Amino acid sequence: MPSNPTPLAEAPVSGEAAGPVPETRKVHAALTRSSTGNEDLRELESGLDSLQSDAARAARIDWSRILLPVAALVVLVLVWQFYVSLGFKRRDLVPGPMDVLGQFGTLWAEGSLQEAVWTSLQRGIAGFLISVVIATPIGLLLAQVAPLRRAFGPLISGLQVLPSVAWVPAAIIWFGLTDATVYFVVFMGAIPSIINGLISGVDQIPPQYRSVGTVLGANRLQMALQIVLPAALPGYLSGLKQGWAFSWRSLMAAEIIAVGGTIGFGLGSMLNQGRDLADMTIVMSAILLILAVGILIELLVFAPIEKRLLRRRGLLAGSTR
Amino acid sequence: MPVVLENLGKRFGDGAPVLDDVNASIAQGEFVALLGASGCGKSTLLNIMAGLELPTSGALEVPSDGAAFMFQDAALFPWLTARENIELALKLRGVGKAERRTKANELLDLVHLGGAGDKRPHELSGGMRQRVSLARSLAQDRQLLLMDEPFAALDAITRDLLHDELERIWKETGRTIVFVTHNVREAVRLGQRVLLLSSRPGRVVQEWNVTEEHRTDAGLAGQLTGVITARLREEIRRHAK
Repeated sequence: MPSNPTPLAEAPVSGEAAGPVPETRKVHAALTRSSTGNEDLRELESGLDSLQSDAARAARIDWSRILLPVAALVVLVLVWQFYVSLGFKRRDLVPGPMDVLGQFGTLWAEGSLQEAVWTSLQRGIAGFLISVVIATPIGLLLAQVAPLRRAFGPLISGLQVLPSVAWVPAAIIWFGLTDATVYFVVFMGAIPSIINGLISGVDQIPPQYRSVGTVLGANRLQMALQIVLPAALPGYLSGLKQGWAFSWRSLMAAEIIAVGGTIGFGLGSMLNQGRDLADMTIVMSAILLILAVGILIELLVFAPIEKRLLRRRGLLAGSTR
Repeated sequence: MPVVLENLGKRFGDGAPVLDDVNASIAQGEFVALLGASGCGKSTLLNIMAGLELPTSGALEVPSDGAAFMFQDAALFPWLTARENIELALKLRGVGKAERRTKANELLDLVHLGGAGDKRPHELSGGMRQRVSLARSLAQDRQLLLMDEPFAALDAITRDLLHDELERIWKETGRTIVFVTHNVREAVRLGQRVLLLSSRPGRVVQEWNVTEEHRTDAGLAGQLTGVITARLREEIRRHAK
């Protein structure tokens, strides 16, 4: 893209209007000079800029990104149906796609499908958002204050490795069969991973950015808000993604184990109900719903944000998604 | 004298001194090229002048409002457009919001990038990025401009053009410029004065004036380049084992 199209167009007029033949062009004595004046320089730079910049490519919808996953899904369902139709296993142990679809319809008609999805989604999102609010300041503090980081860093990393299901028994003893139990387990899953994401995001900031900030005269607060935070955003975002995954998994674990009391009916509860009734179609329905919610949140929430963020920074090239 | 360095020394930890007894003074509006081989502490010296590092001995005098700094790679913030990068420098300097935009556009025009203000750094070529970086350092509006091998990573054609560009802007804005380089031709091309820094420890060992005649007579410039190169090589040879 030429950045200065006008000088290019009018240059022959303004530059050499006086001389009718090219020989009159002034040649500088010193070889160390490569241009003859401001207009000439502007024109040269504009030419070089357009040579060195990529032509803007129009963004087009890449249908293979949509069609290939759909095709993969269809193939998987067909393979599933084929396996079931071979009749190796009893139908109530391995139901076919149509059986599960039928169960979906029944659950939908009962309203328990909607209830389960809504309850779990609500809890997952609320738990995740509260985790973000708690984890962000802690993460910034740990990233910026070295002694705190040294003291708590290993603990936070350790908590990330600890499966949050391990907190379920403790939570049940402390909070009983209430929503507090579910939320506690979600927090223990999500908060450490968001903190870790933010810390590694801050760690990956090129040190030069801070030097630039200092040279430009940023004070501590300006440095944190105008430079460190935006620079750490990609790492923070992947921390958030992981935090959501941990929230969702922890939530399911908690809902499967802690049933009854004032705990409402979520997808984990549905899964557990399927086990109690020994109804494989309910179990499969619940698993597929849990998976679908996870995929949808990733596709509809995180992927667009991440794509936009990375594209603005020119970091998207080479992505296979 | 906006910049005076007196017996300046710097060592990191217990290591050998990087800079030792550096003496120099730079006049208002002067363009000084600081030349040296790798590891001579040129960048360290520049960082000290910029206030990014502290000297371990000696004294220095720099303008009280600090210095503008241009890095080897453009060091633009990738989440901001070219114009926003310049505006950030103005903002951190305390320029009001309305004025920032006008000023940023003026500066973009000064470096011949009037049409590229809305592009992000990754959409610009290396030369364009360095021009945005130059505009940003001019946005700091400091009398002293420190440049740390700003054109080292560019191709020869772009570098030649940016030499012309920088000379033009220097003449237009009357800045005092300290330009660090390891390229003798570049030093002679740009500087009014070339200071040669020895390596390990860094110390100003010799200086040359580049006169107006050198600028118009390629032969004379070539001769001076030869003399400085010979001296630089002598300095490097000292470290042969």
